[in-house]
Amino acid sequence: MITAGCDVGSLSAKAVILDSGSIVSSHVIFARPEPEDSAREVMGAALEKAGLRLEDIECCVGTGYGRNHVPFAQSVQSEIACHGRGAQWLLPGVRMVIDIGGQDAKAIKLDESGNVVRYAYNDKCASGTGRFLEVMAGALGLRIEDMGDISSRAKEPVTISNQCVVFAETEIISLINEGRHQPDIIAGLHRAMAHRVASLAKGIEIDRELTMTGGVAKNRGMFQALEEALGVKIMEIGDADPQIIGALGAALIAWKNRDSEKP
Amino acid sequence: MIAAGCDIGSLTSKAVILDGRKIVSQAVIGSTFRPEESAREVMAAALGPAGLSFDDIGGCVGTGYGRERIPFVGKTVSEIACHAKGAALLMPSVRTVIDVGGQDCKAIRLDAGGRVVKFFTNDKCAAGTGRFLEVMAKLLGISLSDLGKLSLQAKNPLSLASTCTVWAQAEVIHHLNDGKTKADIASAINQAMAGRVSILARSVGIEKDVCMTGGVAKNAGVVEALGKCLDVNIRRLRCDPQIIGALGAAVFAGEMMKGVQS
Repeated sequence: MITAGCDVGSLSAKAVILDSGSIVSSHVIFARPEPEDSAREVMGAALEKAGLRLEDIECCVGTGYGRNHVPFAQSVQSEIACHGRGAQWLLPGVRMVIDIGGQDAKAIKLDESGNVVRYAYNDKCASGTGRFLEVMAGALGLRIEDMGDISSRAKEPVTISNQCVVFAETEIISLINEGRHQPDIIAGLHRAMAHRVASLAKGIEIDRELTMTGGVAKNRGMFQALEEALGVKIMEIGDADPQIIGALGAALIAWKNRDSEKP
Repeated sequence: MIAAGCDIGSLTSKAVILDGRKIVSQAVIGSTFRPEESAREVMAAALGPAGLSFDDIGGCVGTGYGRERIPFVGKTVSEIACHAKGAALLMPSVRTVIDVGGQDCKAIRLDAGGRVVKFFTNDKCAAGTGRFLEVMAKLLGISLSDLGKLSLQAKNPLSLASTCTVWAQAEVIHHLNDGKTKADIASAINQAMAGRVSILARSVGIEKDVCMTGGVAKNAGVVEALGKCLDVNIRRLRCDPQIIGALGAAVFAGEMMKGVQS
């Protein structure tokens, strides 16, 4: 049975196609201005990879910021539930998920079946979300995907004293003018961001069986900084792209829903 | 007896020369990277037109973000105390001073003697500080000083849902792309600014009379929106609201000189 999940986020859109619970294909694109366009485009690409057509999908669940605009989804689910389900399927022992997206951050606690027990969420303040790194990459004239590698060369990470994205950007510019090395600045930014996300997670009490999802989890510097800030070794989700976990969870929920409907 | 006050802020530096209780001269300049330099420059700008020199100053008090690095002051006093002192000199009935500077915001409550009773500061978040307006003015492609006037021309005032400067920026871009007028957007910006400042002001407890100091007080749109938000008449001070910190510092300098004399 073919099911699909479509996660339309603020910055990127993700699609996952499953065949009875095994991943057949997945795809990630930059979000278009219209969520409907993002949904069609990303699902089209995932279907093509799988050699399938839209009609082959028995059930599709939409999630993410634009979830109500996925034209071919039969139902919608919150990102919280989807990230929890996706992470638990990849790592059955996981009890906590920290998801950092382009415009928000979430800390989610799960029970042994992957159901959400408790969560904390920030989308009010850009600090501690992907936007923080995006703005800083802009100030440093770098591509966001290069920040992790560059930070690994840090010798003396700087201390960033401002939490606010606007004030921290000014601080970065003066650090650049002071001649501080780029790797040291980036490592400092990762620490500052990790500190912010860690305080969100600490608000619902840290569980040591913890993993990280969302686009920011691809940044190794950020991954390690978060481990330090939490004082916990973060579980790796293996070969899966951390950015598709929400879409994966949506596809798993679609599969489960469809399965339970059968006589 | 000439007293001087020097307020070195993050974005602007201010100086006031006082003869007794009378303002003889004042100056506002953009701050440079070096507070020492800003201090010398702004003081010279205030002394020059008054036909005075450094030697004529009997006492000088420094305040503001860069106060510890002003070379020629006898003493430094916090911005909070200086804004209270300056506002109380111009308006003895003032009990609440809302000071919105380039990178921070303060709400100060005073007693009948002009002394600080209670205060709250925000310098952690750019929302509700002058920086918010600066970012937005840049986005609209207008000068900071036009933002206030423009918002008063709004026909269909809009609103902003986000508090965060970064998210509000995205909202403003959306409004611009939607073809909304700059006046209607400016109104939303000033409204959002006032909303954020009002939270700080309420936490200190609003007591009449209320006045506003700092550069943002020059923005008529914010002053009007804040008055409505707090349901209070925000009274105008009889001089440039941006120099109130420096004025207060000069009053302290005068008191300091009297103390030495007696």
